[in-house]
Amino acid sequence: MTTTTARVEPRPLGKSGPTSDLIRRRPWLQRLLLIGPALATIGVFGILPLCLMGLVSFLERGMNGGVVWGEYTTEAYVNFLFDRDLDDSLIFNSDYLQIFLRSFLQSASTTVLALLIGFPTALYMALQPERRRNLLVFLVTIPFWTNLLVRNYSWILLLRANGLIDTALQSIGLTSEPLNLLYTDFAIAVGLTYSYLPFMVLPIYASLEKLDWRLVEAAYDLGANRLRALARVIIPLSAPGIIAGAILVFIPCLGAYVTPVLLGGGKTLMIGNLIQLQFGSSRNWPFGAALSFSLLGLVLITMVIYLVRYRGKAAHP
Amino acid sequence: MTKVFGAGEDGVRALNAVSVAIRENEFFTLLGPSGCGKTTLLRLIAGFERPTAGDILLDGQPVTDLPPFRRPVNTVFQSYALFPHMTVAENIAFGLEMRRVGKAETRAVVEEMLALVKMSGMGGRKPAQLSGGQQQRVALARALANHPKVLLLDEPLSALDFKLRKEMQIELKRLQLQTGITFVFVTHDQEEALTMSDRIAVMSQGEILQIGSPTEIYEHPTRRFVANFIGESNFLEAEVLSVANGAAQVRLASGATLPASAPAGIQIGGTATVAVRPERADLVRSGADSTFTGRVENIVYLGTDTTFHLMLPDGQPFVVRMQNHQGAQQPFAVGEEVGVKLSPGAPQLLAD
Repeated sequence: MTTTTARVEPRPLGKSGPTSDLIRRRPWLQRLLLIGPALATIGVFGILPLCLMGLVSFLERGMNGGVVWGEYTTEAYVNFLFDRDLDDSLIFNSDYLQIFLRSFLQSASTTVLALLIGFPTALYMALQPERRRNLLVFLVTIPFWTNLLVRNYSWILLLRANGLIDTALQSIGLTSEPLNLLYTDFAIAVGLTYSYLPFMVLPIYASLEKLDWRLVEAAYDLGANRLRALARVIIPLSAPGIIAGAILVFIPCLGAYVTPVLLGGGKTLMIGNLIQLQFGSSRNWPFGAALSFSLLGLVLITMVIYLVRYRGKAAHP
Repeated sequence: MTKVFGAGEDGVRALNAVSVAIRENEFFTLLGPSGCGKTTLLRLIAGFERPTAGDILLDGQPVTDLPPFRRPVNTVFQSYALFPHMTVAENIAFGLEMRRVGKAETRAVVEEMLALVKMSGMGGRKPAQLSGGQQQRVALARALANHPKVLLLDEPLSALDFKLRKEMQIELKRLQLQTGITFVFVTHDQEEALTMSDRIAVMSQGEILQIGSPTEIYEHPTRRFVANFIGESNFLEAEVLSVANGAAQVRLASGATLPASAPAGIQIGGTATVAVRPERADLVRSGADSTFTGRVENIVYLGTDTTFHLMLPDGQPFVVRMQNHQGAQQPFAVGEEVGVKLSPGAPQLLAD
């Protein structure tokens, strides 16, 4: 008896047709199509403007603002550090560097303040029972539902002469005159810390939530009191969260524009309003672009130095 | 010497009026199934829990109100709890660092501890690079580095494989004898408890049922749970005829009267349960001199021993375990009527 074997070819699932076959046979194409939308968004809204600004920073400044397309020069970057004398020689100008330094110091102090307030908050949240924890996280994110301008304006109401804080203190009898808290560096610090505090609290909370608290018990067992357990066990193990929080506060603070203007009265110039001026009344777009890229460059250099040092330490224990 | 009085509670009654006195230089084991309260008791001694009532005394001094970092007690945790961001040497040195011991002395103690647990030279490794057994030894070294008065061990061997566990049991016993530190060991493995301990406290559902040496607990259980949890036991109903100084006369259902060891609190005239270990009974031909008779229902060959499962005339089951002196050959067959002879001292009256 003869047996017939039928040849069965494996058929792929799904419809077949010229397009789907084209895609099916090329895995690289599948991957490209899947990440396509994300790539397009980053490209159009992120990379493209960046490149545009980079181009602008190398162009010549236009007579009435704007730029002269086609005329390339490095004048904008030179302007950052030098002034041109009447006879075209370069004199070192430290004004802009001072502005950068002031902004760096302000960001740094805001970061430190946010850390001092944010870490205990995150620790408290992580120690709560599960149900209350979710509620607390929810409460921390509520400020984000409000507009940044509105939040800053509320601080104006609080801090201004004879505003809410002054009225409260005077009614208790602690002060007899207005404190004039507004339009000071203190006001800017308060406003920035308040605005960026959730960015510090949430990463630290995420780190602490994953902490193995049995390690803290072990530390107690070995003779560490609460403070030393905090310093030697809790903080080192939540370091990733702390660093993430610090970065998330420091870098946006550098370019902060709204808060220094509203709460500082625009009296002191920070990087943010300096750059804005170039695109506004100063009509020096190339310079504005150059300032932005200088800022970007400085931040990148700092991060590279940090990574090399940190990664270097991890590689050589 | 540690003494714990009173109850610990946490909503659920984890411990119920527990009282125990542990001697110096003793290897004391808390033995019981999951949820019996042994870990809670350990945590009370360590200071991680506070008793709702009662006191904890260490060397006669009350430590009830002291936080764990002020008690001369150290714990080896079930999960080891090694600090992942520190090296092995730094882990071991942690307790010394907390007591602000000088650098030179710290280094010397760390070296000594590493040698003690046979991990010399591994001081620079991180816990993540160690095997389970190695981590356990580091946890042990870390706890011993402070030379505490009492070392608490919370099921430290449960995560290890069989061979390693056996090795570590010997190691722990050796360490206890060598350092002279009081060990309080928590386990649910009765064989572990029997081999390592000077004394065992058998616990169930928040209560300590019996405390005694391994032989005492095995040979003379006073509670049904103890007789059942440790090894195997047969339970026979009996009537108490007389009691005097820990010895009693009981009458079994078969009519036979025999002596039995009696714990405190046994009343004359009542019915009680008598426990008999399967290996303390012998089978004899029916008709020969025996305590009672029964019929063989099942024979189970275990290699070294054979267990004979009997049914007694009143319907109670009885198991006899005999060593296979003659190899696999069995003198008795299923269905046969046999006599059971109890070895002297075998019957134990139970308090419940």
